Amino acid sequence: MNKTGKDYLLAALTGLALVIILVILVVLFGEILWNGAPVVTAEFLTEAPTADMTGGGIFPAIYGTVFMTLLMTIAGVPIGLATAIWLNEYASSRSKIAAIIRTAIHNLAGVPSIVFGLFGLGFFVIFVGGTMDSLIYGDIPRPIWGQPSILWASLTLAVLTLPVVIVTTEEALKTVPGELRDASLALGATKFQTTLTIVLPNARGGILTGVILGVSRGMGEVAPIIFVGAANFLPELPDDLRDMFMHLGYHVYALATQSPNVDAARPALFGTVLVLLALTFSLNLIAIIIRSRSRRALRPS
Amino acid sequence: MNTVSRILCLIGFLASVSLALSACGNRYDEITGGEGAKQSGGRQTLTIKGSDTMVILAQRWAEGFMAANANSTIQVSGGGSGTGIAALINGTTDLANSSRKIKEREIETVRKNRSAEVVETPVAIDTIAVYVSEKNPVKKLNIETIKQIYRRRIKNWSEVGGPDLPIVLYSRENNSGTYAYFKEQVLDDEDFAAEAQTLPGTAAVINAVARDEKGIGYGGIAFGEGVRALEIAGEDGIHYAPTMENAIGGIYPLARFLYIYSAGEPTGIARQFLDFALSEIGQSVVDGVGYYPLPREMRGNE
Amino acid sequence: MSEKRPPLTEALPTPRWHRWAERLIAALAFSAVLAIALIFLFIAREAIPLFFEEGVRDEMRLRDLFIPRIWDGYDEAVAIWQPIGGTPKFNMLPLFVGSLKVTILAMLISVPLGVGCAVFVAIYAPPRIREITKPIIELLAGVPSVVLGFFALMIVASFTQAVFGFTYRLNGVVAAIGLAITIVPVIFTISEDAIQAVPKSLSEAALALGARKYQIALRVIIPAAIPGITAAIILGFGRAIGETMIVLMASGNAAVMEIFDFTTSVRTVTATIAAELGEVARGEPHWRILFLLGVILFIITFIINLGGKMITDRLHRKLTAG
Repeated sequence: MNKTGKDYLLAALTGLALVIILVILVVLFGEILWNGAPVVTAEFLTEAPTADMTGGGIFPAIYGTVFMTLLMTIAGVPIGLATAIWLNEYASSRSKIAAIIRTAIHNLAGVPSIVFGLFGLGFFVIFVGGTMDSLIYGDIPRPIWGQPSILWASLTLAVLTLPVVIVTTEEALKTVPGELRDASLALGATKFQTTLTIVLPNARGGILTGVILGVSRGMGEVAPIIFVGAANFLPELPDDLRDMFMHLGYHVYALATQSPNVDAARPALFGTVLVLLALTFSLNLIAIIIRSRSRRALRPS
Repeated sequence: MNTVSRILCLIGFLASVSLALSACGNRYDEITGGEGAKQSGGRQTLTIKGSDTMVILAQRWAEGFMAANANSTIQVSGGGSGTGIAALINGTTDLANSSRKIKEREIETVRKNRSAEVVETPVAIDTIAVYVSEKNPVKKLNIETIKQIYRRRIKNWSEVGGPDLPIVLYSRENNSGTYAYFKEQVLDDEDFAAEAQTLPGTAAVINAVARDEKGIGYGGIAFGEGVRALEIAGEDGIHYAPTMENAIGGIYPLARFLYIYSAGEPTGIARQFLDFALSEIGQSVVDGVGYYPLPREMRGNE
Repeated sequence: MSEKRPPLTEALPTPRWHRWAERLIAALAFSAVLAIALIFLFIAREAIPLFFEEGVRDEMRLRDLFIPRIWDGYDEAVAIWQPIGGTPKFNMLPLFVGSLKVTILAMLISVPLGVGCAVFVAIYAPPRIREITKPIIELLAGVPSVVLGFFALMIVASFTQAVFGFTYRLNGVVAAIGLAITIVPVIFTISEDAIQAVPKSLSEAALALGARKYQIALRVIIPAAIPGITAAIILGFGRAIGETMIVLMASGNAAVMEIFDFTTSVRTVTATIAAELGEVARGEPHWRILFLLGVILFIITFIINLGGKMITDRLHRKLTAG
């Protein structure tokens, strides 16, 4: 084969890779949209499941997912922000401590999700919850804090999404030009003031992107919450931190593998998948839009 | 106030709201002996975990009970009989559904962990059916043959009167009471072959067998749609179908009770729930789900 | 903020609460380190008593966790994972073999796809395609793994069954395909970044010497991007071996001790933990063994991540120094 031929060959092979990926994407979203769209009606989104979860709606799962995500964000974002701020604003570039922290973040990102589940169980439910029970209540026949609940599930996921938030926030902080900080310091502001009033507002877009990406990631994780708080069928919405909760991703898993009548559950299954995808998808889309907007804003005009 | 401060305030507000909500709940006062427990008007919660075989039954009972008792909340989860009993031991459930009898060792552990004796309440009768695809011509097998099949000593349908196709084994996860029961009664406590695909619920097993003409599976009778339940012969060599008469009459070899276990004598809402399950209405729900109601003598109450 | 403007030669003292805020931030910065330490500590805490408890010896010997053994009713030494029954059998080998099988197969699928796509987008594609592809692949990256498990279970399995006619509908191949879909975005993104980071001067020099695009790609750009591509592969491997939902739903979950046949069902370490932990009473040997599996998994992914970083750093240094 001559050189032109070889060129076309490589282009064709690698282009094929792209095509295959796109085909998979199209089939994935297409099947879900096609089978799920007819199911997602207003009733589906606002009612509780009936008839062994093959009928009715998935409102408790939506509510549970949102509530858990809110708690997760409140718990995790401030810590992630603080870490990124310290790494970027306060730590020297040659600091050994910073290197250790970065290694820890890198490794945290690589921990398998099921191991987070074990951590949630072993640390939050058993250790923290159990200790709280002994301290607050003394001897009781049944654990109250020391059992799976929405609180522990949210905290476990907060730890899981920590790396995402930290890394993206740090990137956002880096985009703020050093001159702004220098100017602020020169005017007599403290480092903290500078960070709070100059750096953070300017990095607002990137930080928001990171938070939203972290939230979207945490919302979709199921393995960590299987035995740390998610439940199959709860007629009541969780309004107490010690309650268990229904969850969209867990509902998909339960319907797909444990439902009594797989054919009857199919519509509900596709509908739930569609709702979950729509939620994570829109969050990611918002994050991408914010990021490109803030990048454009920072470009020198 | 700039954006960051505003966001911080919002976060702080939400956090305090959540904490305030948690302080308000008296749902757990029954356990701690707090004020909420004394009020009969207060909301009462019951947690039931365990057998996937029984999870639909328990959910329907829960729906019926909650409709009749407005102030009650019942949470039902599956996970398998083993999960339910483990939860009973750990104290994370009030009642445990189980499709197998509790083991001596587990009774010991409950005694140790929860300082209470296990109370066993049979609530329904189930038959374990062995299923094959409707396309499979095989209609009856005896238990010894089924055991050899699940031990991979018989690997092809032609060896038992079927077509020349390899036998594909479907089984349950090991936390399942159905799994434990089958292992004990059919396999004489020998191991399943490693190739047996483990599925998390009887419905999944049925679904798989319905789509696989090479498949064989087992599970509670209530789920059997789209598949054929085989007639099984035990030691007497006579094949019986898993019908209600055969089950209650005790002649179908794989008939069993479905149980609800509690640590200590059930009281309060747990007692009311059990009474409901054993009542006329509760037992007709059993029939509706597809299991077999208990004979009247066993129901124990008015 | 202070009202007066101080002379530029004089620094203002830091208000006290700012110092506290800074201390808080510094303390919180250790959160990631604390998290990793706590994770390891508390899963090890549940697993370690396995080696010291009395009652454990009655149930099994520790070597049975890893070494095949001739059990009652068997003719030869076998490695079996069957924790429930008269004699519980806890050999972990079939689980690790299962994890490795699906991971390796998933890598074999996803690396050519991911790297190939990255090469195409970075070298051959017109800019407009490049701009659309990155967000599209990011979208794929955002799909939760439970959705991909559902996809593999319901759609991929039926497809492979129709096309290949495997004996088992849910098997290692189906699970590997599902895994591959998860990893491709990771491999693509990092490889594409690595390729883009190769200095344009290198390819321009090659061009000036008369090289064709494919020659530049294969002989200049890809070799220069090797550190990044290696990082991508290692990261993808770590991700795949730790993935839970996809294998839980699509692999058949049979602890088959079979090394070469990928069309049998498999049971991975992650799926075993997820499926069995709910059922075990706290403190039982089965419970501790599941946590031990978690500890081993944690150590494996830790080593992969650490080792991966070291390898990439060394490759990077080799390329930029020479």
